[in-house]
Amino acid sequence: MRVSPDSAAIGVEGLWKIFGPKAAKVLACDDRFLEPAALREKTGCTAAVRDVSFDVRPGEVFVVMGLSGSGKSTLVRCLTRLVEPTAGRVVIGGEDVGAATPARLRELRRHHVSMVFQHFGLLPHRRVIDNVAYGLEVQGRPRAERHARAAEILSLVGLDGHADAFPDQLSGGMQQRVGLARALAVDPQVMLFDEPFSALDPLIRRDMQAEVIRLHREVGKTMVFITHDLSEALKLGERIAIMRAGSIVQLGTPEELVGAPADDYVADFVRDVPRSHVLSLRWISRPPEPGEPLDGPELPASTVIKDAIAAASESSRPIRVVDGDELVGVVDRVDLLTFLSGQDTGDTVTAA
Amino acid sequence: MKIRLLAGLLALGLATACGGATVESAPSATPAEGSASASAPTGTVKIAINPWVGYEASANVVAYLLKNELGYTVELPEIKEQLAWEGFETGDVDVIIENWGHPDLKKQFIEEKKTAVEAGSTGNKGVIGWYIPKWMADEHPDITDWKNLNKYADLFKTSESGGKGQLLFGDPSYVSNEAALIKNLKLNFKIVTGGSEAALIKGAQQAQAQKKPLLFYFWDPHWLFSKTELVRVKLPEWTEGCDADPKKVACDYPEMDLDKIVSTRFAQSGGKAYELVKNFSWTNEDQNAVADDMTNGGMTGEEAAKKWVEANPAKWQAWIPQ
Amino acid sequence: MSSTAVSTPSGLRVPGWLAPAGVAVLFAAAYLVFRGTGTLPHDSEAPQFAAVTELREWIDDHRNDNPVFLYFLNYVRLFVGGVYGLFHGALTALGWPGLIGVMGALAWLAGGWRIALPAVAGFCSFGVLGLWESSVETLALVAAAVLLSLAIGVPLGIWAGLSRRAHRAVTPVLDVMQIMPTFAYLAPLALFFHIGAPAGTIATMIYAIPPAIRITALAVQQVSPTAVEASASLGATRAQTLVKVHLPLARSTMALAVNQTIMMALSMVVIANLINAPGLGSDIILGLSRAQVGIMLPAGVAIVVMAMVLDRMTVSVARRGPHSRIGRAGLAGAGALAAAGVTLGLVLPHEWPEALTVDLVAEINDAVLWAETSWYGVTTFIKDTTSYLLLNPLESLFTTAPWWLVAAAVLLAAWRVSGVRPALTALGCLLAIALLGTWEHAMRTMTTVAVAVSVTLVIGLLLGVAAARSARWSAVQRPVLDAAQTMPAFVYLLPALALFGTTRFTAIFASIVYAVPPVVRLVEEGIRNVPGTVVEAAASAGSTPGQLLWKVQLPMARRAILLAANQGIVMTLAMVVVGGLVGAGALGYDVVLGFSQRTDFGMGFIAGVATVLLGVMLDRITQGADRRPSPHQRKVT
Repeated sequence: MRVSPDSAAIGVEGLWKIFGPKAAKVLACDDRFLEPAALREKTGCTAAVRDVSFDVRPGEVFVVMGLSGSGKSTLVRCLTRLVEPTAGRVVIGGEDVGAATPARLRELRRHHVSMVFQHFGLLPHRRVIDNVAYGLEVQGRPRAERHARAAEILSLVGLDGHADAFPDQLSGGMQQRVGLARALAVDPQVMLFDEPFSALDPLIRRDMQAEVIRLHREVGKTMVFITHDLSEALKLGERIAIMRAGSIVQLGTPEELVGAPADDYVADFVRDVPRSHVLSLRWISRPPEPGEPLDGPELPASTVIKDAIAAASESSRPIRVVDGDELVGVVDRVDLLTFLSGQDTGDTVTAA
Repeated sequence: MKIRLLAGLLALGLATACGGATVESAPSATPAEGSASASAPTGTVKIAINPWVGYEASANVVAYLLKNELGYTVELPEIKEQLAWEGFETGDVDVIIENWGHPDLKKQFIEEKKTAVEAGSTGNKGVIGWYIPKWMADEHPDITDWKNLNKYADLFKTSESGGKGQLLFGDPSYVSNEAALIKNLKLNFKIVTGGSEAALIKGAQQAQAQKKPLLFYFWDPHWLFSKTELVRVKLPEWTEGCDADPKKVACDYPEMDLDKIVSTRFAQSGGKAYELVKNFSWTNEDQNAVADDMTNGGMTGEEAAKKWVEANPAKWQAWIPQ
Repeated sequence: MSSTAVSTPSGLRVPGWLAPAGVAVLFAAAYLVFRGTGTLPHDSEAPQFAAVTELREWIDDHRNDNPVFLYFLNYVRLFVGGVYGLFHGALTALGWPGLIGVMGALAWLAGGWRIALPAVAGFCSFGVLGLWESSVETLALVAAAVLLSLAIGVPLGIWAGLSRRAHRAVTPVLDVMQIMPTFAYLAPLALFFHIGAPAGTIATMIYAIPPAIRITALAVQQVSPTAVEASASLGATRAQTLVKVHLPLARSTMALAVNQTIMMALSMVVIANLINAPGLGSDIILGLSRAQVGIMLPAGVAIVVMAMVLDRMTVSVARRGPHSRIGRAGLAGAGALAAAGVTLGLVLPHEWPEALTVDLVAEINDAVLWAETSWYGVTTFIKDTTSYLLLNPLESLFTTAPWWLVAAAVLLAAWRVSGVRPALTALGCLLAIALLGTWEHAMRTMTTVAVAVSVTLVIGLLLGVAAARSARWSAVQRPVLDAAQTMPAFVYLLPALALFGTTRFTAIFASIVYAVPPVVRLVEEGIRNVPGTVVEAAASAGSTPGQLLWKVQLPMARRAILLAANQGIVMTLAMVVVGGLVGAGALGYDVVLGFSQRTDFGMGFIAGVATVLLGVMLDRITQGADRRPSPHQRKVT
C-alpha cells in the first residue's frame, strides 16, 4: 500500500507544530508526549500537530478528518507553510518545502498548490472575475490573459454570467464556487480544501460535494480535503486520515476505517455509519463450504454490500465474490442477513 | 502626488539652507513673509495687539493711517506682551505700539539679540497701581494707606480668596509686581486673577454700583476713570532702583513714558510705515476717547479710529512722512 | 450569581464594609493629628522653576547657533511651516468662491449632494460671520496637521496592525499621549519650535496622531484573516497582500481614522493659538481675554460648523460599501460645482464681500449682559454654594493634609481599584509632582477635578440609565450627544464664561459639559450590552424594573461604568487645565502664566509636566476597570 516518497504528490514525515513561546524547547524534551491539557499547564504551549506522517498519491483525494481542535486545519496550513511547522519534513512534487527560500515558496504557492478556505476569503472590493484572477494577478500576468482564464474557470464551476457581480451579492454556495474557481485558476497540481463546505447549508453542501467529485473527475488534481464531517469524508475520500489531539489515529480507505477501526475512538466515530453502504463483499465473503453450489451470480469483491442485495434476492444461490478472475469467496443470503441485522449494534465491529 | 510635492519641498528647504536653518531664515511664519513683500515699500505691517483697550486704540489709529494714507496692508495679530518681543525674531511682529517699561526685555532683545529697536515715545504717560472705589475711601479714610490694608482685609474676602483679602488682577501677561509686593509688605491678601481687562472693569463697575468692596490692579491712561470714581491706594513711594530686583520689590509702580518698539528689520526696511510709527505720538485724552468709543460706543477698532482721524486731522497729518 | 456559591469560613465572617470604614477612620484620625504638618506650599521661585527658566534663556540665546537647532529642530520648523504655507497659499489662491466650490465638490464625491449642500452652506457661513480669513487659516492649519499626522500615523498604524511586537511597543506611548492634557505640550513646543504656525501645527499633530495610529492599526487588524491567508496561499508577496488586501479592506475604518484625526486637530487648533498659531482660535482667545462672548461665539460657531462639515464628509466615506463607485451624475455634479467655484474665484474679488457679512458682536454681548444681570442671583448662588460647601473645604483638606498621608491614600485607592503595578505608578507620579515643587497647585487642581468628576458621573449615570431604559429618550438624546462630541473642547468654555465669569466654577461647569456626553454613552452601552437572556431570566423571575437595574444591569455593566469614570476623569482634567484661562487657577493658570511672563516660564513648563503626571496618576487609579477581572471572578477562581 505504501507509496515511495518520490512518486508521491505530497509526502509528510514526522511533522510537528507546537504553538507557544517555548515551542522549540518543548519539542526537544519529553514534554512533547504530555497530554494537551498537561502540556498547556506546564509550558503554556499547545501541540496542534504531533508527529504526523503520510503520503498523498498523485491524483488522489486524501481526506483529513477530525473534530474541531484536532489540529487538522493547522496540519493543512503546515503543508505550504502558511503556518510554519516546528519540526518535520514536507515534500511536494519532489521538492522539500521546509528548505524552500521565501521566493521559492511563493513560486510553489503560485503554481503548484492552491487552497480553498472555510470562510471563502474573498475580497469584497473586487468583482468576481477579479477575485478569480487574483492568483494570476500576483503572478504578474497581463490583465487580458488573466481575465480570459478566469472566465473559462468561471464557466467550469458554473458561474457563467456572474463575472461582474461583487462577492456580497452572491449566495454562500456561489461564493465558495468563486473560492474554488480562484484556486483552480492558477492550474495547480495540488488543491487543499480547509473545511470548504462546513459554513454552507446541508443541501448546498451536497451540491458542492458533487461538484468537487465532478471536478476531480474532469481535471484530475491531487486533493487534500479537510473536514469534520464523516459522511463527507467517506463520500469524497479515497483514503482518510483520522486525527485526534494532533496525531493521526488511523489512516486507511473508508472500508478499512469502518470495517476495522484502529481503536475505540475511531470505532465510536464510525459507529453510526451504515456499514452496508461502505463495506464491500470482500469483508463478509467466506470460503465456500464443501458442497456449496458455485453457479450463483458473480460480483466483484469491491461491490458495496448493499448493492449485492438485489443479486442475492434474485438468486437463491450464494453469490460468487471474485477479484478479477480469481474467486475470493462466497456470500449467501444468510450471511447478508446476519451482517445487516448486526450492523447497527456495533458489536460485530469490535468482534471483527 | 502630494508626497512627491512634500519631498520636493523638503529638498528645497535643505538645499536653500544647507548651512543649517536659523529661525530668521524661516520663511514660514506667515504667507506674507513667504511672498517677500514684508519689507517692500507698500507691504504688510504686523502690529501686535496686546490685551488692553488703550493699546488697541493706538494700534487701530496707526493701522488706519497706514492703510488709508500710505496704502499698506496691516495685520493685527493677537500676541501678548512678552511673546510679541519674541515675534520680532520670527517675523510674526513688526511693531509693539505701546510698551510699558520692560527693561529686562529691552536689555535682551535690543541690546543683546539686536532684534528690536526703540521707536520713540507714544506721548502717553502710564502708571499702574492698586485702586478701590471712591465710596470705600469715603467710608474708611485711612484705607488708602497700604499700612492699613491688613486692617480691612476682611472686607475684601471672597469665595475665591481663601480666607484672605482679595486683590483682583487682570490678564496674566500684564506687568506685575503684585506677588512680590504682597509678600514683601506682609499683606494678608491673595491675588485672584480675573484673566482680562474686562474682568477688572466689570469688577470696578459692580463695586461702584452695588457697593461691593474691591481692591484691584489698574492703570492710567484708561477711559474708566471718566466713568467711575476710583481712588489709588498709596504703596511705599517709588524711588530709583527700588524695583530693580523683581523678587524684592516693595514699592509702588513708577510713572512710565510709554514707548514704541519695532523689529530691527522693520526699522531698516520699513520705509514710510516705519516713519509713521516713529512719528506717532498723542495724549492720554486722545487714547481714552478712542478706547471709550471702542468699549462703550459699540464701535469696532477701525470705526473708532476713523472717527478720531476725521476729527483730528491736524494731529495725525504731522505724523505722515513726506 | 455564581459568586453566592462561594462561602467564607464562618469563623472569619466580618461585614464587608468594616475594612474600608476602618481605613477611612484611620485616615481621618491621621489627618486630624497631622494636619498642617508636612504640607508642601507653593513657592513660585522654587529652584526647579528657576532652572527651567534659565534653560529657556539658554535655548533662546543659542537657537541659531546650537547644532541640534541648526540642523534638526529648525528644519522641522521650516518644513512644517512650509507645508502650512503651501496649504494656506493654495486655499487663499482659490478665493472664496473657489474654495467653497472645491469643498462642495469634495463633499459631493464623498457622499452625494446631501453632504455637498450643507458643506457649501457651512463654508458660506464662515464668510457671513465675517471670519473668512481666520477660517481659511484654521482650515490650512488643520489640513497641514492632518496630512502630516497621517503621513506619520498611517504607516505606524499599519506597522502596529501587522506586527504584534510593534503594537506592544506603541501602545503605552499612545496611552500617555492620549491622557496628556493638551495644555501641557505647549510650553515645551514653544521652547523647541518657537511660536507661530509651525509650532501650532506641531502641537496639533501631537494631539491628532494617536487616533490616527490606533484606528489604522485596528483597521488593519480587523481585515479578515482568511482573505489575508488566501492571498498568501496564492503566493502573493507581503507587499502585494498589503496593497491588494489589507489596505482596500481597511479603507472604511481608515476613513474613520482620518475623521478622528481631523476632529482632534480641530479641537487643538484653538488651544494652539496660545503659542500664536493663526486662525479662528485667535478670535476665541481674544474673546476670552476680553471676556466678550460676542467675539467668541461666531468663531466658536465657525469651528463647530467646520467640524460638522468635515465630520460628515469623512463619515460618509467611511460608511460607503466596500465596492461602491461614484456615479457619473455625482462626478458631473461635483465637477460642475468645482469648476463654477474656481471660475467665479477668478472673476470675483478674493475677499468675501462685506455686504454679505452679518455682525452680531454687539447683539450677542448685549444678550450675554442681559443673561448675566438677570440671572446674577442664581448663578452667583450656585457658584458660591459650590465654592463654600464643596470646593473650599475639599481644597483645604488636600492642601493641609501631610503629603505622605495623601500619598498613602492614593496608593491604597489605586491598589484597591486597579492592582499593584498601577498603584506604584500612581505613587511615583505623585512623588514626582512633589519633587517638582508643584504639590500645592496639583492638589488644588485635583480638588477641582474631583468635584467636576463627581457631578459628571452623577449626571452621566442618570442620563445613561435613562437612555438605556427608554428607547425614545435615547433617540432624543443621541443626536445631541453626537453634536456635543463633534464640538472642539474649547467651545464649552463659552457658555460657562457667560454664566459664571472667571472663576474656578466656570472651569468645572465647562468640564462637566465636556465630559458628560462620552460618560453617558459608555454607561448606556454598558447597560445595553448586558445579554438579553440574563435580563429575560431576571424578568421572568419576577424582578421589578428597579431590581433589574440594581441587581442585574448595573452590576453587569460595572466595567463599562468604571471605564466611563476613567474617561470622565481624563477629560475633566484636560478641561480643568484649559480652565486656567478662565479662572480655574492652580496648574492650568501656571501654564498660562508660563506663556505670558518670561520669568515664570519654568513654573509654567513644570506645571505642564505636573499636569501630565497628574493625568497618568488619575488614569492609573481608575484604569483597573478595564484590565482587572471583576472581584466576583476572582473569588470564584
